[in-house]
Amino acid sequence: MQTNLKVKRFNPGEPGAQPYFQEYSLDVHPDSTILDALIQVREEVDGTLAMRCSCRASICGSCGMRVNGRARLVCKTRVEAVAPNGEQLVIEPMGNQRVVKDLVVSLDTFFDQIKRVDPFLKPDSVPEQGEFIASNESMTNLLISMNCIMCGCCVSDCTVLEVDSNFIGPAALAKAWRFTEDPRDGQRDERLKKLNDEDGGIWDCTRCMQCVEVCPKDVAPMDRIMEMRDAAIKAGNRNTSGYHHTESFYNSVKKNGRLDETRLAIDSAGWTNIPRLLDLAPIGFKALLKGKMPPVMPHKAEDKQKIKDLYEKVEGEQK
Amino acid sequence: MKYAFYPGCVARGGAPELFDSAVAVMDRLGIEWEELTKAACTGAGVLQEKNRKMGDALNIRTLAMAEQKGLNVLVICSTCQGVMSQANHAVQRNPEYLAEINALLADEGLEYKGTTEVKHLLWVAIEDIGLETLKGTFRKQLAGVKLAPFYGCYMVRPSDALGFKENPVRETSLETLIEAVGAEVFDFPGKTACCGFPILFINQANSLRMVSNHTGAATDGGADAMVTPCPLCHLNLDGYQPKARKKNRGDKADMPIIHLPQLLGLAMGMTEKELGLQKHIVSTKDIVRKVELIAAK
Repeated sequence: MQTNLKVKRFNPGEPGAQPYFQEYSLDVHPDSTILDALIQVREEVDGTLAMRCSCRASICGSCGMRVNGRARLVCKTRVEAVAPNGEQLVIEPMGNQRVVKDLVVSLDTFFDQIKRVDPFLKPDSVPEQGEFIASNESMTNLLISMNCIMCGCCVSDCTVLEVDSNFIGPAALAKAWRFTEDPRDGQRDERLKKLNDEDGGIWDCTRCMQCVEVCPKDVAPMDRIMEMRDAAIKAGNRNTSGYHHTESFYNSVKKNGRLDETRLAIDSAGWTNIPRLLDLAPIGFKALLKGKMPPVMPHKAEDKQKIKDLYEKVEGEQK
Repeated sequence: MKYAFYPGCVARGGAPELFDSAVAVMDRLGIEWEELTKAACTGAGVLQEKNRKMGDALNIRTLAMAEQKGLNVLVICSTCQGVMSQANHAVQRNPEYLAEINALLADEGLEYKGTTEVKHLLWVAIEDIGLETLKGTFRKQLAGVKLAPFYGCYMVRPSDALGFKENPVRETSLETLIEAVGAEVFDFPGKTACCGFPILFINQANSLRMVSNHTGAATDGGADAMVTPCPLCHLNLDGYQPKARKKNRGDKADMPIIHLPQLLGLAMGMTEKELGLQKHIVSTKDIVRKVELIAAK
């Protein structure tokens, strides 16, 4: 079948070089993956095209690239699945990471982030003899995150990293979860406190779900981040705006059945945080001038008692 | 064509112009609706951070109420769409979980069978009304108007819960509607990114950078306005645009953010007031003027 590739080329090693696109049209086998097509380009058309790949079976995590703007393992993506009728495929290096050449990005950013979460077990003590005994369920649970092949697709498409390189990032946070969940680790509370308190930690995720969507191994980093937020709160970390935001939201729906927007804004800023509250005022004032303002008295669902009853039932069951 | 209408907290609170314009447009489209006044907030993914099951129970309760009426749910908010679809997806593929949730709803006389569909007006317009019928309600072709689509995360991810595979038109639904009104699409990578609203109160600097990047890209690309099916994106992209642009680009907020029903309303020949376009923080005057100058068909 015919395929048309538009590949981003860039060699930062050459003085004055600028990124540009190069187009290739070629005939590929109907079962070809995008990686097969790129290798065919390198072997038959243009030997200067730089790319990274190894296993060709979505195990090694080497061939993460952007295809039509979305990070993918190109060895796991068949040409026919994304461009069945020879539509042009735009192939670019992954985002949020430094380009070494063409489609190859540096792994420095990725591993610097991983190192920030102390990715090793810190047991309180070592068994005098034998080995740690951990339940089967606890280890099966860890597999969710251990399935990560460190391809960097989630880092590439993370919308927070796009604006803030200090964010720990989805891959490293999923790795952190792997240790906060490990029953053999002795530093769970310390780890959670650090992830809760530090700039770029668990509360900086926007919940945009890009990492969930692009992860080729279903690690769903965002879900792991949400679980750590909950765990951090349960471990007593109540000092963040994120905590107040979530609590306020939860309680507003419990009380009124609906969201109390005004209260949510004030609760998140903190009732005693005068600078933050003053910061909210101009926006409220502008909205007021335009004839709209979240009601001072919250709107309520009809029959809100039924919603409260449901809350109590679910909470009672979880006690 | 009748739906159980779930306008969402923002349309009923901070963005009343969305509710008014949606109702006006739905009436023109001949959509009958009944508001689900007893339904709870979806939790917007925030409540789910603290208690996923609570969120699912609240949303399945809403879907069960619609099912009892024999109606599908119509929403006008990307976040409502996404969060309800996720809850629906969770119980539809797990009968045991559905039974657990139904046990919680039994006291209220509700039992969800899993048949309700949740559909944003954006999808209803294309899939249920159909583009030809829709175009028949337009009195103007917005030729010469350039619009930037902005979906809102929950309208595009996770794609399996949103049924993208079964309904591939959803992936480009906003561009389809922009083209249907006769306008030109300004395509940019930010269209499916995060607007920054969820972290507005948590990390405002990052949130404002997102607002500035997206609205700035639309300005640089020569767009007349940005269109969004999500009122939460609207709150941030419109309300915080002046501060975001000043801080990050040192320029003025000049990108009007239009709610999806307002766009349809403009094509239907409705006035600025009917659509509440004067209620936005970033002035919509230029785009309103431009559309006014286009002669009706």
